[in-house]
Amino acid sequence: MRLFDPHIHMTSRTTDDYEAMRAAGVRAVVEPAFWLGQPRTSTASFLDYFDSLLGWEPFRAAQYGIAHHCTIALNPKEANDPRCTPVLDELPRYLVKDRVVAVGEIGYDSMTPAEDTALAAQLQLAADHGLPALVHTPHRDKAAGLRRTLDAVRESALTPERVLLDHLNETTVKEAKDSGCWLGFSVYPDTKMDEERMVAVLRAYGPEQALVNSAADWGRSDPLKTRKVADLMLAEGFTEDDVDRVLWRNPVAFYGLSGRLDLDVAATEATHEGNTILRGAPKGTAPAGQE
Amino acid sequence: MTHSAPSTATPLPNGLRRDLTPPARAWLDQALAEAAQGMTPTTELRLAEAARRCGRPHADTARILILQAAHPTPADLTRVYHRGTAEERRAVLHSLPHLVAGPEALPLVEDALRTNDTRLLTAALGPYAARHLSAHLWRHAILKCLFTGVPVTGVAQLAARAHGDAELARMLADFAAERTAAGRPVPDDLHRVLALTDPEAAPPLPAPDGGGPHGKES
Ligand SMILES: [Zn+2]
Repeated sequence: MRLFDPHIHMTSRTTDDYEAMRAAGVRAVVEPAFWLGQPRTSTASFLDYFDSLLGWEPFRAAQYGIAHHCTIALNPKEANDPRCTPVLDELPRYLVKDRVVAVGEIGYDSMTPAEDTALAAQLQLAADHGLPALVHTPHRDKAAGLRRTLDAVRESALTPERVLLDHLNETTVKEAKDSGCWLGFSVYPDTKMDEERMVAVLRAYGPEQALVNSAADWGRSDPLKTRKVADLMLAEGFTEDDVDRVLWRNPVAFYGLSGRLDLDVAATEATHEGNTILRGAPKGTAPAGQE
Repeated sequence: MTHSAPSTATPLPNGLRRDLTPPARAWLDQALAEAAQGMTPTTELRLAEAARRCGRPHADTARILILQAAHPTPADLTRVYHRGTAEERRAVLHSLPHLVAGPEALPLVEDALRTNDTRLLTAALGPYAARHLSAHLWRHAILKCLFTGVPVTGVAQLAARAHGDAELARMLADFAAERTAAGRPVPDDLHRVLALTDPEAAPPLPAPDGGGPHGKES
């Protein structure tokens, strides 16, 4: 079984988690830029975070045979903090990087005018950079939040097939599905969505547009939720093809819209050896091993 | 600096020309022609997107070629490094011996040596570090290779710099003792470097270290 967790904050997880995820079948992850559980106070703090999503975290993931990509954005919560909003001006230089496969997480937290501005600006950045957008739907006042999110998407330059609406549940899935966007479900211990409810939603609305993620982070969460949903789908009569569609092919199709998805972890491993990467290098570039 | 502005793009090495797909080859030819105009925002975009245009197996080489074609200053290299992904940083580190004659870019090497990313450590210990890194930091870098499993065969000028280095020998012996006391194996590479520190051993032949400061024949 091959699994792709399309939304997980590995920065907050240990190598034990990587090991367990690999053993459970996780071969690829996307780590969306989000908030850290406590406020940042400057642009520089974001830039260090983006550097880690583009350097250290893919390196850690590769040690466990997992392909790591990320999405880059100013998150909705910190879009309200004037100490953080200048990071919007820094995003273009990150959005051209090779392993950035979407703009995200963007969306609404408290549905403020500052969040309206940041969401519209970042949907436009996604269009400008040929990237899809990962749009988080708010946890409070969810149904109204979804409607306002869909309005923002309709007013943007992005078509619905280039938008993934995340953290959906029973109350928001129908309207989200009708919009034509991809449907993301975060399966958590206790809150949001659990495995049983997830499988019921898949039965009611079909696997065609659905992506399932663990959204595991620094809070109470479980990085193996993708596997647990896959197991329950099979136990409840879904086919292996359905499981592969929801937990592999759909995330590959969505993030593949970036043209930057590179799932060959072996190639990552090969670059660990300094003297392999210089094969075919120009005359005068000695392999690192040469003395 | 002796280079005259090249009127055409840097020719691709034959192996690379053969391995790239036609669109990748066209992209790289174009990127090298643009880079010949110097370090522009377009050049920096080409460095960022090399893997998705050329394929990851060729991205390092493509980035190194683009950097060499653009003749960046140490300030340009510092900007590309600090704004770059790990892959871009690696390309900058590999390019240093060909682009920077003096020690101005040492802070980049030292930054890479502070990381725990073995790809960066490996790239940092090329001919530029061999030429310019202080004895103290170089010895710590060798120990860090032993700690992190970076093969010392990848360290440029290892034999020349280790030869007769009594302080390095002491550090290696202490590390071996610590490992042995913990009941853990001593890495094979430690014995290899320790042997090189022996002042009685035949000194290594002077070796070419990567083509001189600019890596260019002209
Ligand atoms: Zn999240």
